[in-house]
Amino acid sequence: MKFLGNLSWDAIPWNSPLPLIAGGGVIAICIAIAAWIVLAGHLPYLWKEWITSVDHKRIGVMYILLGLVMTLRGFADAILMRTHQAYAYRADGYLPPEHFDQIFTSHGTIMIFFGAMPLMIGLMNFVIPLQLGVRDVAFPTWNSTSLWLTAAGALLVNISLVVGVFSRAGWLPYPPLSELEFSPDVGVDYYLWALLISGVGTLVTGINFVTTILKMRAPGMGYLRMSMYCWTALASNLLIVAAFPILTATLVMLTLDRYLGFHFFTAAGGGNMMMFINLIWAWGHPEVYILVLPAFGIFSEIISTFSNKPLFGYRSMVIATLGICIISFLVWLHHFFTMGAGGTVNAAFGIATSVIAVVTGVKVFNWLFTMYGGRIHYKTPMLWALGFLVTFVIGGMTGVLLAVPPADFLLHNSLFLVAHFHNTIIGGVVFGAFAGIAYWFPKAFGFRLHEGWGVAAFWFTIAAFYAVFIPLYMVGLLGMPRRMQHYDMEMWRPFILAAMVGIFLFGVALICQVIQLVVSIRQRERLRDETGDPWSGRSLEWATPSPPPIFNFAVQPTVYGEEPYWELKRRAIASQQNEGRYEAIKLPRNNATGFVTGFFASVIGFAMVWKIWWLAILGLVAAYAVFVWYAWRDIPEEKISAEEVARIDRAHRKSRAEWLARHSEKGNMA
Amino acid sequence: MVLLAGCSGGVLDPKGQIAVQESEILLNSVGTMLIIVAPTLLATLAFAWWFRASNRKARYLPDWVFSGRLELINWGYPLLIILFLGGLIWMGSHRLDPFRPIAAAGKQLEVQVVSLDWKWLFIYPEQSVASVNELVLPVETPVHFSITSATVMNSFFVPQLGGMIAAMPGMITQLHLKADHMGDLWGLSTQFSGDGFAGMHFDVRVKSNEDFERWVEYARKSACDLDHAGYAALLRESQNVRPFVYRSVIPALFVKIVTGKVSPPNATAEQGSSVVACPETAQ
Ligand code: HEM
Ligand SMILES: [Cu+2]
Ligand SMILES: [Cu+2]
Repeated sequence: MKFLGNLSWDAIPWNSPLPLIAGGGVIAICIAIAAWIVLAGHLPYLWKEWITSVDHKRIGVMYILLGLVMTLRGFADAILMRTHQAYAYRADGYLPPEHFDQIFTSHGTIMIFFGAMPLMIGLMNFVIPLQLGVRDVAFPTWNSTSLWLTAAGALLVNISLVVGVFSRAGWLPYPPLSELEFSPDVGVDYYLWALLISGVGTLVTGINFVTTILKMRAPGMGYLRMSMYCWTALASNLLIVAAFPILTATLVMLTLDRYLGFHFFTAAGGGNMMMFINLIWAWGHPEVYILVLPAFGIFSEIISTFSNKPLFGYRSMVIATLGICIISFLVWLHHFFTMGAGGTVNAAFGIATSVIAVVTGVKVFNWLFTMYGGRIHYKTPMLWALGFLVTFVIGGMTGVLLAVPPADFLLHNSLFLVAHFHNTIIGGVVFGAFAGIAYWFPKAFGFRLHEGWGVAAFWFTIAAFYAVFIPLYMVGLLGMPRRMQHYDMEMWRPFILAAMVGIFLFGVALICQVIQLVVSIRQRERLRDETGDPWSGRSLEWATPSPPPIFNFAVQPTVYGEEPYWELKRRAIASQQNEGRYEAIKLPRNNATGFVTGFFASVIGFAMVWKIWWLAILGLVAAYAVFVWYAWRDIPEEKISAEEVARIDRAHRKSRAEWLARHSEKGNMA
Repeated sequence: MVLLAGCSGGVLDPKGQIAVQESEILLNSVGTMLIIVAPTLLATLAFAWWFRASNRKARYLPDWVFSGRLELINWGYPLLIILFLGGLIWMGSHRLDPFRPIAAAGKQLEVQVVSLDWKWLFIYPEQSVASVNELVLPVETPVHFSITSATVMNSFFVPQLGGMIAAMPGMITQLHLKADHMGDLWGLSTQFSGDGFAGMHFDVRVKSNEDFERWVEYARKSACDLDHAGYAALLRESQNVRPFVYRSVIPALFVKIVTGKVSPPNATAEQGSSVVACPETAQ
């Protein structure tokens, strides 16, 4: 047995310059950043205040950072694919199939698991405890562990860029293509271990948030007084708890096939590939709602805040959310109508799918009626919300079209399908993330983002989205399948070229966002939010200073209605005038459990990919040891004295009062 | 869409009965949904414009949060649309179930389809000829396809004839199509199947009955046999394969492929070349 398993110098792609240069560049940047951190003496701060933090707000910010960086990585893949196809008409383009196939696989995998998921989970992390009026999530150390397990998965996917290869079997690795016989290299193994590890993290997040929302609300906050975002987060996390075990089990079966010669999904030996496809979509369809439900919640908050009205039809929205939660488990077969299940089965799943559209439609109407009779202020978050409404309705319509089996027999696996799900994921999830970031950024960092650049980013994104995906819808109707490394059909070409122009517009939008961030940081004094309530918000997070102190609320708020903060403002009590009774606050102590577990999880994953058995065992033992060590700690909590709490809270009151005095003549508070 | 319908070659330019019906359902569904989607989009833009904060003419209703009548419309209107669409789905799914034979006068043609790395094999069992990457069909004759895969999953699709369906190893899917016009069409795999996937397209030639018979005669005169050696050579990976024909086929080859009872490639094939044994171009 070799000491390093199957790992050797050949694993590094010496003869393919593209990934090597890209990977080298990324490594160089990472080393440079790390060196700067160490040399400038930031390491202790970073370690104590961020990496080992169990504060939900910091974990949320780190999740979002991870999501943004990975979205960038996935976007690079998208540029490669779009430009490649532009050159692949009756030609080979510039990416040979073995690269092109890796790129669309890593694009999908990264965007869903390490881009969109961390963005959504990050926003929930930051906002939900604040909106519930509590000090943290139910299990803070688990929360940190979830983050670092997700990061470990992301790391593995990116290591595969330089050490070995990534999977070439698509973001959902259908067998038999993903079995050892047809994918003998380590690509699928990287995929499997990355998702097995991050999947555990996501499941723990789900448990954590379900517990938090069910068990830890501020006094007076009955279920029907929770914000819409809390409801959609609850639904999303219930789906995580129900669906992610299916994903993990399915991937474990594929792993057993590949590592131990099992026959769950092989064509030979009594396996059945259709079982994989059923199982993966039994997770996969709920997954798309895991992503989009929190975005629905974000838009509910934003539309109501910027329309200066409560959310219309709150109860109806709650029912619709829970309806989606249940129905999304009953429709998975619409992803493979073309596997030939028969008329009745196809029809049943087609109809079930369109019922989701009814429930989603209800939500759309309620958002519209929220705007009706409002006074709508078009700040960046509201622009994203409007862009979402228009875009998502179109995506929902094409979704229902694909749910009509005879139409799906013409459109399945075409670029029309690709356009559909980008329409819903970009228009729903990505817009939602951008809207949420713009909306809660001042809460997190104490200053607003620059409006002008935000508006520019919005319009470029909208233009880019339609420039890319209208052509893809059309070329899908012309019969062009997804994942083509080259093509000979002349009629497809103009559309592919148009889509390439669109992807460059996306690049411009991205640059606008980067500039926005830089400009905002430089002008942070001018953009400072001294009130803690820059948008005249309606839920509890706006009752805290920006950024909120580590304990969130100096005095536990009590809730009187559906819009707790709005009620407080209307009654003009407690949070505005009088101080509460300050008491000492106990908080969980920062600890490295999550980071160390994540580290060893990466080691295990890497060792398993290359079959370095001793290292895998070592990693497992070490990870277990960390848990034991954590369980035996003596002082799990630290205490913040009542005086300290009072000092922080009074400072905030003072700055808010000053701000109000300065602006009172403008009558800023609604 | 209207623009595209003018464009030839896509799924909105059907050349066979099934594709005609499927694209009809596609357009009907879009039309049905536009009844609700178009007003919604218009209302979104109208509300967004009228209720902008700077418009002092717009009425401000800060406490308007519920209306029973509106809720009824909220739920009822989409439900009605989907009820109608549900009918469309139910009938369409049954009428256009790919397993369902096409009722038409005359005999139906049997074609057995096998996806390979990375090309398509079409076996004509009644004629006992076969072709690679070329599907020849007599016009206005219902065709019954039996489809499987000798490799990973693929999907068989001729956009202008309709009815995409999976090709899976160890399984048989069935499809019924009928081409209504003579001419040249194209087909491809829509399910990603590995490095050579992009080259898995095939020519579809719809001929008159006499020309079809002539093509069968032509195939019988070909120099290639789909015997065990020939099949072993065919199994080997190859990309962007030019069409060619076989004059003979191993008896019941299709069933043997499905049940995994053909001898594996390495057992019979010694030639090192990765080129298919008989790469002669058709006609
Ligand atoms: C009204 C709502 C929706 C309906 C009726 C719907 C319907 C469908 C159908 C029928 C398919 C399968 C099409 C095919 O494979 O041929 C599909 C695919 C897909 N949808 Fe949707 N969808 C809806 C909303 C969404 C949302 C909200 C998301 C994501 C946030 C989403 C993401 C996806 C993805 C990722 C795929 C396919 C992925 C793949 O094949 O790789 N959809 N949708
Ligand atoms: Cu789905
Ligand atoms: Cu080609």
